[in-house]
Amino acid sequence: MKTLLIGEYREGKLLDSTYELLGFAAQLGAETAMLLVGSENQLPLYGGTLYLADAAACGEYNPDLHKKLIIEVVQQENPDYIVFLHSSYGWDLAPRVAVALKAAQISEVIAIQDSGFEVGCCNGKMRRSVKPATNKTVLTVQAGAFPALQPGGLPTVHKITSAGIGSLEFIGYEPAEKKDVDLAKAEVIVSAGRGVGKKDNIPVIQALAKALGGELGASRPVVDAGWVGHSHQVGTTGQNVSPKLYVACGISGAIQHLAGMKKSDFILAINKDKDAPIGEVADVLVVADVMQFVPALTAKVAR
Amino acid sequence: MKLLVCIKQVPDLESRFKANAEGVWYNEADLAFRMNEYDEYAVEQSVQLREKLGEGTELTVLSIGPDRVVEAIKKALAMGCDTAVHVQDAAASGKDPWQIASIIAAYAKDKSFDIIFTGMQSQDRGSAQVGVTVAELLGFACTTTIVGFEYDNGTITAKRELEGGIKGIVRMKSPALVTCQLGLNIPRYPTLPNIMKAKKKEIIAIPVADLLREESLAATTSFHPPAKKGGGIVLEGDMADLVDKVIAILKDKTAVLR
Ligand SMILES: Cc1cc2nc3c(=O)[nH]c(=O)nc-3n(C[C@H](O)[C@H](O)[C@H](O)COP(=O)(O)OP(=O)(O)OC[C@H]3O[C@@H](n4cnc5c(N)ncnc54)[C@H](O)[C@@H]3O)c2cc1C
Ligand SMILES: Nc1ncnc2c1ncn2[C@@H]1O[C@H](COP(=O)(O)O)[C@@H](O)[C@H]1O
Repeated sequence: MKTLLIGEYREGKLLDSTYELLGFAAQLGAETAMLLVGSENQLPLYGGTLYLADAAACGEYNPDLHKKLIIEVVQQENPDYIVFLHSSYGWDLAPRVAVALKAAQISEVIAIQDSGFEVGCCNGKMRRSVKPATNKTVLTVQAGAFPALQPGGLPTVHKITSAGIGSLEFIGYEPAEKKDVDLAKAEVIVSAGRGVGKKDNIPVIQALAKALGGELGASRPVVDAGWVGHSHQVGTTGQNVSPKLYVACGISGAIQHLAGMKKSDFILAINKDKDAPIGEVADVLVVADVMQFVPALTAKVAR
Repeated sequence: MKLLVCIKQVPDLESRFKANAEGVWYNEADLAFRMNEYDEYAVEQSVQLREKLGEGTELTVLSIGPDRVVEAIKKALAMGCDTAVHVQDAAASGKDPWQIASIIAAYAKDKSFDIIFTGMQSQDRGSAQVGVTVAELLGFACTTTIVGFEYDNGTITAKRELEGGIKGIVRMKSPALVTCQLGLNIPRYPTLPNIMKAKKKEIIAIPVADLLREESLAATTSFHPPAKKGGGIVLEGDMADLVDKVIAILKDKTAVLR
């Protein structure tokens, strides 16, 4: 069994998440080769075969060109699996490769099973087992699902290149909004989710944060709706946090939120839905209406 | 200009899910359905573009599924889509993203759409494949996970959301497809007059057999809840009691409360 792992590189740097692909391949017990559109100065610490294209020439985001490079290497290496991370790079590129190969694509793999792969569904509440029906299969693996593995050593580099322009013109990056709170330093974070109901209820959550001597955090929809500033957002597109205590108020526990907070020492969740996926990581799940429970808790804590 | 927006109807995700008789997807009984959240952003963006371009632009909404999906189609019409296509498929939930995308591409192939909008992912399937696959099948330029969209005279400038809150700015020419992410816009609520107007708009029904030419490439073999990790405590019951229990646990297990 052979995998072709597609590494990630952005803003001139190899992304650490690339090593999760090696963790996945190790669990699969498969041979590996890697493809990276990156730089000679940023080689992965991996002693295998690396097909390396120069990002300065091929672009960091140029899916048409990257697809071409991948297809060429697939023809040489003949892998059973072409493996991406389920990331903004991977979910954008994987279907293009799958269509070109007419291969099955299985997205957001979280576990390897006897005859296929397990993926999340229904916003993380449920799981599916999926079995490909094609010889080659394109996979995207969920970030954080497989432990990063850094085998060490230096790869045997095969330089590859591709010409042409592609249908997209990449203009540039826009940095993340400046943070006015550094949640990474907070010992306690009390986060508001959509279950809080409305903007007017945010002070109730803030009051608990204050009573516990912590900071206010938030899930993405609460930020998008303008209830709370972006610097409070926890998750893949916000901040990664690991406080001593994380309190999730009316947060369902979608994978992108969990990715940002599951390393917290102690997680207390308040949710009216007993089956909410936040329950998977919570040390304590209180099944209650957040607007009833939180003020009552704050009152007791403050005393 | 011709615009297309693809929407899926999904169950309310706060529901309890039970496997269906075949054990490969959820049982639909007792579930309430609504428009996939990401598709609401797609509809809103397409309607905003439709309004900006004005006369001579037609915006079509398409959904594949059983009869219940007409409710989601009606909502999109009330939000401002001009016409609708319902690809009738009682077995849509059993099709893989490759088949769903192939059906959409087969419909769109000879319609010369300029821009197609989809959600970045469906909340129940969550494959994030259908949009990009449609674009590849049609040979459209495509970018994903957009949180910003501008259109000017055949050129689209889109802002893609990347990890950690960084964004990537991309330009492309139509025909093009974009997949829409949370935060792109704030979807409008259909107003009563617009709901009334939408009732007069046409919904063309097409049996899926007319568009389906592909076999599935992957099969779901099981639908099940996550294996319980254990360790976590679930507390229910009287409010005052809950508060006391939680305080006791926090005192015991964390250094935060003394
Ligand atoms: C590429 C990408 C990146 C993303 N990045 C992030 C990110 O960085 N951070 C992030 O948070 N999300 C992110 N998301 C969004 C994520 O997928 C979820 O949509 C989001 O986390 C859901 O937020 P929520 O839990 O507040 O809302 P919902 O999922 O709507 O959950 C609300 C919860 O509140 C509960 N509830 C409702 N009413 C009450 C009540 N009265 N009392 C108690 N409980 C109640 C419900 O049972 C439900 O569980 C991202 C998504 C994508 C696709
Ligand atoms: N049955 C369907 N009918 C119409 N559009 C769909 C359907 N399923 C998925 N889509 C579109 O494809 C997007 C991505 O879906 P998915 O690949 O399932 O995550 C959705 O947000 C919709 O825009």
